[in-house]
Amino acid sequence: MQRTTMDLWVGLFVVTGIVALMILSLKVGNLNVYNPSQSYTIIGNFENIGGLKVRAPVKSAGVVVGRVTDIQFSTETYDAVVTLSMDSRFSFPKDTFASILTSGLLGEQYIGLAAGGDEAKLQHGDKLMKTNSAMVLEELIGRFLFNKASEDDSL
Amino acid sequence: MFKHIVSGIQNIGHRVIESVWRLGVAARFFLLVLLKSSTSLRRFGLVVRELYFTGVLSLIIIVVSGLFVGMVLGLQGYETLQKYGSESAVGTLVALSLVRELGPVVAALLFASRAGSAITAEIGLMKATEQLAAMGMMAVDPIARVVAPRFWAGVISMPFLAAIFSVMGVFGGYLVTVVFIGVDEGSYWSQMQSAVDFRFDIVNGFIKSCFFGVAVTSIAVFEGYDAPPTAEGVSGATTRTVVTSSLVILGLDFILTAFMFRGVS
Repeated sequence: MQRTTMDLWVGLFVVTGIVALMILSLKVGNLNVYNPSQSYTIIGNFENIGGLKVRAPVKSAGVVVGRVTDIQFSTETYDAVVTLSMDSRFSFPKDTFASILTSGLLGEQYIGLAAGGDEAKLQHGDKLMKTNSAMVLEELIGRFLFNKASEDDSL
Repeated sequence: MFKHIVSGIQNIGHRVIESVWRLGVAARFFLLVLLKSSTSLRRFGLVVRELYFTGVLSLIIIVVSGLFVGMVLGLQGYETLQKYGSESAVGTLVALSLVRELGPVVAALLFASRAGSAITAEIGLMKATEQLAAMGMMAVDPIARVVAPRFWAGVISMPFLAAIFSVMGVFGGYLVTVVFIGVDEGSYWSQMQSAVDFRFDIVNGFIKSCFFGVAVTSIAVFEGYDAPPTAEGVSGATTRTVVTSSLVILGLDFILTAFMFRGVS
C-alpha cells in the first residue's frame, strides 16, 4: 500500500477516535465547561437534604439554572450547607425560596427555586433565606401516625 | 507409592518455578521494549504503519459489534424498564453500561482476538523464518525495529477503539429505542446526560481502555517473541495470546472497577 494512503487512513482513524471521545464527553457526559466568571455561587442551609448529591441540578420552573457544587455539614447550626453554582444569565430575588424536590417517583433529587418578590437580587456568596427540607418518608409516616393517634385521643 | 507422591510434588514445583520464571522473562521483556521505544517514537512512520494494521483494520469489527451491542442493550433494557414504567431511563442504562464496562472490555476482547493474535503470529513467524536473527546480524535491534512500534500502535489505538465502540453502542441504543420503539428522544438524551458523569464515568472508562491496551499488546508481543520457532509453536503462541489476554482483561477489569467505583454511589 502507498505510504500516503496509509497515512490518510491512520489520520482518519485517529480523528474518528478523538471525535468519539468528544462525543462521549460532550453529548453523553454533558460536560459543560463552567467558567467561574459565568456563574455565581449561593449558599443554602437545609435541615435535611435527603438523597441530594453533588452535581444535582438546580431548577426553576423546571429549567436547569445551576448545579449543586458542594455539600457540607455545619457543626454550628447542625444542618447541611449546600453550595449552588448558578448560571449568571439568571438572577433571582433575595427572598427566593429553595426546596429539595424529587423528579418522578423514583427519580433523582434536585433543588427547586421559586422566585420571591424582592427588588434586590441574590449576589455571589449570598445565603438563601428560606429553604424547605427534603421529604423523608419515615418522618411523613411518623407525623401521620402521630396525628392519627391524637385524633383518636380527642374522640 | 512414596516415589509417585514425590514425583507428583516435584511436578507441581517444576511448573510453579517455570511459570514464575516465564513471568520474570515477560517483565524484563516489557521493560526492554519500553527502554528501546525511543527509536520507534523518533521514526514515527513505523508506528503509523502498525497503527494502520492494528487500528484501522480493526475498525469494522469494532463499529459493527458496538452497534449491535448497543441495539441489544436498548432492546433488553426497554423490555425490563417498561415493566416499571421508566422506559425513558433506557438511555442511562445503555450509556452507563457502555461507558463504564462494555465499551472498554468488549473492545479490548475484540482487539485481542483481531489484532493481538495477528501481532503474535507475525512476530512468531518472523522468528521462525529467522528474520529476527537476520536483523540482529545486521546490527538492527529487532526489539526496537519490530516489537516496539507494534506495542505503541496497540497502546495508542486501544482507547480510540473503545471510545468508538461506546459511541456506536449509544447510537445503536438510540436507533432501537427512539427510532424503532418510540421512546421520547428528549428523555433518552437528557436522562443519559444527567446520569453520566465526566470524571467518574468517561475518564475512568478511558483509563480502563489504556490499561487494557498496554496489557493486550504486551502479552501479544511477548508471546510472539517468545514463541518456539516452529509452525506448532507459532500456533500455540497465538492461542495463548488470545486466552491469556482475555483472562487478563477480565481480571484487570474487576480490579480497576473495584478501585474506581468503590464508594461512588
